[in-house]
Amino acid sequence: MTTTSSQFDRPTRKSVWQRLAQVPWTWRIMLSYLSVMLFLPLAAMFLKASTEKPADFWRIATSPIALATYDVTFTTSLVAALLNGVFGTLIAWVLVRYDFPLKRIIDASVDLPFALPTSVAGLTLATIYSQNGWVGSLVAPFGIKVSFTRLGVGVAMMFISLPFVVRTVQPVLTEMEKDIEEAAWCLGASQWQTFLRVVLPPLFPSILTGVALGFSRAVGEYGSTVIIASNTPFKDLIAPVLIFQRLEQYDYAGATVIGVVLLLISLVMLLAINLLQAWGKRYD
Amino acid sequence: MTSLLRSNHPKTANPSAKQKSWVPTLLIGVAIAYLSLILYLPALNVFVQAFSKGVGPFFDNLLSPNFQVAIRLTVLMALVAVPLNLVFGLCTAWAIARRRFPGRAFLLSIIDLPFSISPVVVGLMIVLVYGRNGWFGGWLQANDIQVVFAFPGMVMASVFVSMPFVAREVIPVLEEVGSDQEEAAQTLGASQWQTFWRVTLPSIRWGLLYGLILTNARAMGEFGAVSVVSGNIAGKTQSLPLFVEDAYKQYDTQAAYSAAVLLAFLAVVTLVLKEIVERKTRIKDLQE
Repeated sequence: MTTTSSQFDRPTRKSVWQRLAQVPWTWRIMLSYLSVMLFLPLAAMFLKASTEKPADFWRIATSPIALATYDVTFTTSLVAALLNGVFGTLIAWVLVRYDFPLKRIIDASVDLPFALPTSVAGLTLATIYSQNGWVGSLVAPFGIKVSFTRLGVGVAMMFISLPFVVRTVQPVLTEMEKDIEEAAWCLGASQWQTFLRVVLPPLFPSILTGVALGFSRAVGEYGSTVIIASNTPFKDLIAPVLIFQRLEQYDYAGATVIGVVLLLISLVMLLAINLLQAWGKRYD
Repeated sequence: MTSLLRSNHPKTANPSAKQKSWVPTLLIGVAIAYLSLILYLPALNVFVQAFSKGVGPFFDNLLSPNFQVAIRLTVLMALVAVPLNLVFGLCTAWAIARRRFPGRAFLLSIIDLPFSISPVVVGLMIVLVYGRNGWFGGWLQANDIQVVFAFPGMVMASVFVSMPFVAREVIPVLEEVGSDQEEAAQTLGASQWQTFWRVTLPSIRWGLLYGLILTNARAMGEFGAVSVVSGNIAGKTQSLPLFVEDAYKQYDTQAAYSAAVLLAFLAVVTLVLKEIVERKTRIKDLQE
């Protein structure tokens, strides 16, 4: 590292280069890596978007086909994430509170969507939810088609966002004192009351965080959804697939504008998740 | 930690269990049913479809040239992406974990950023920098270097999407271990390198390994970002996840599942390794 004497005669008149020389090498590697790999591409996209006139930007961003893809992407992701909010919490609860055979394997398997490449997930989901697949054939008699419809997109999004809720709720549930629940029972609260009034409130921030994480993952998902959907505009075409199609047509401006919209929404989600996590920590 | 303690009092755990013993059974049933529909049936289906006609078709596909190129590209991508992200992750963790400075939380979110960006947007950004009409497109073309629609672009995409894993797993471990032992080592005359190699590395090894396992799985399995920058040319720029989609689109379902089963196997190995590492760290926590 650099000498300590230079720390005393700081700050004003040093040249930029002298200051750079004081930065530890770990910082230099980190910052240059981030600059090349992360900031440069981000800058390229924002600058490309800014070469569009605001009116053009707005026109592309709110064209009917783009609006339809936002609707499909965000509504479906939200429904999928909320469903996982319910079932993910239930799974976390079962894994923390009860003992049953194969529990360890089931616990480990929850991470499968993180480990399985998304194209494999899309392939196998499309197969078993198709009209003659294992699950698809069960619901087909009721006139429900899953694969190659918006419902299929939802199933793929449920698949990839499931671990987020389970893995954010699980540690909180593990840390939670059982005494309080027992006290509630002793004081005559029913199971349902205990759950609603005692268990749920401290869990709520982590459930919301999990839902937000899952939602933001589902919004950006491409691999599994592109395979299970028919990618018909105004039906089940999602925003990431639209970006891909625009790129294939060499419509860089169109791809960039929709990409920027998606990116800005991810950034807002990231901010929301950080705020949620801060909120969850107030109990610590 | 506490997860081990909870199983110590199974009998007294649930006072109302006698009257309402159907509740746990029902909840476990619902959980397993949901997991089966979303995870287990799809996972099982991969293996059933791949081997439904015996192992013959699997090995036939394995020998096809495009398939072998796909395997080689996938492994190569991981071989480049994992070491790069290892160096970055370690430097980042080392730089951030031991210090408190303004904007630290912000920097941590920036490092996590690649996880929040849609893979397609990642691919798009790389095309905008290195593509034909991109920032460096002219220069790269003049020097006859191809990044987009070639291997370097694919590596960049997989490096991008797997960037945060190592740092993210190592930072909490470094924070918990503290710097006392390192200071002691340095006081006793160890060089920085010795301190890192003999003191720091052993204490963070499980967290580091965990991060590497996740980095590898993501680098090999990435589809969206790689698909945008690779151009998806069979036998040239097609990694295994791209091969799966392409074969499926060409109605060559058998080939798609042969590749899928390899990737699913990789996923299972990843989960098993992850579980082993998690168990090791849990045992260590208990000893302390």
